[in-house]
Amino acid sequence: MRRLGRVGMALVAGLFALTLIVALFELPEPVVRLADEVAANMPASGVEHPVTAVLLNFRGYDTLLEIAVLLLALLATLAVVPEAGLPMTEADGEPVLQTVAQIAAPLIVLAAFYLLWAGAHRPGGAFQAGAVLAAGAVLLRLAGVVPGWVRPGSRLRAGLAGGFLVFLAVAAGLLVGGRLLEYPEDAAGVLILLIEASLTFSLGLILAGLFLFHSGDRT
Amino acid sequence: MSLVLDLVLAMSLLWSAWRALAAPSIGRAVVSFITFGLFMTLAWARLSAPDIALAEAAIGAGLTGALLLDALGALAQRDPGKDRP
Repeated sequence: MRRLGRVGMALVAGLFALTLIVALFELPEPVVRLADEVAANMPASGVEHPVTAVLLNFRGYDTLLEIAVLLLALLATLAVVPEAGLPMTEADGEPVLQTVAQIAAPLIVLAAFYLLWAGAHRPGGAFQAGAVLAAGAVLLRLAGVVPGWVRPGSRLRAGLAGGFLVFLAVAAGLLVGGRLLEYPEDAAGVLILLIEASLTFSLGLILAGLFLFHSGDRT
Repeated sequence: MSLVLDLVLAMSLLWSAWRALAAPSIGRAVVSFITFGLFMTLAWARLSAPDIALAEAAIGAGLTGALLLDALGALAQRDPGKDRP
């Protein structure tokens, strides 16, 4: 009976996959070619890389909400951490691992800064740079160089929320003169760089926090 | 040559995804998931989407893998003897 059920499931899944493939081949021509629209409006965006232009200028609203969602995820994580905080453990990694991690850490920070700067005119940007920063923090934690975080102090809280707040402040400031996140053409590049820099910092902290807040009890 | 590479990549993606779902122990499933993330990074790079490849490598394979391994360690600590990685 179970075997029959499995065969039936496989058949249904196969049929669905086939339908999807057929549907893909019969997609209608899109009415608006978004890639052309982006290419036509690149000079007004303040950056030279189309992906960054879409993420932070044309569809900046989406990115704003994404940061809010990530911040919410971290808040939910914090809610699960016990009230008294997890016990702090002394850093106790292997010396070779610690040394390698300590050598790698500055290079990781350098790579993050490069990605942030490169975002304006080639692949890179705030998300990637923040993820690299967070990976560096996780590496340092796993090697036992730094202890896990227990409770967020006021400075850490400010750092975690900073990127979102700067983004929100810029959005609110632009609301006075026009529509939400509609940058003036001559200031777009500077504003995007400001937002990206603060986003990188906060994203690094948020993504690292998802790992470091719960790793205090590692033995 | 590149067609062969793409086909091998597609097969590896499907294989690692299947291993991640069907592995007998959670530890193996997590390792398969990280492998899947790395293959996915290569696939995005082959599709000439380096932005997504960067994000996938850093977040999908790196951070999520570390989080899953950490959760696995916490689970093993809670009830020892059950599914050690």
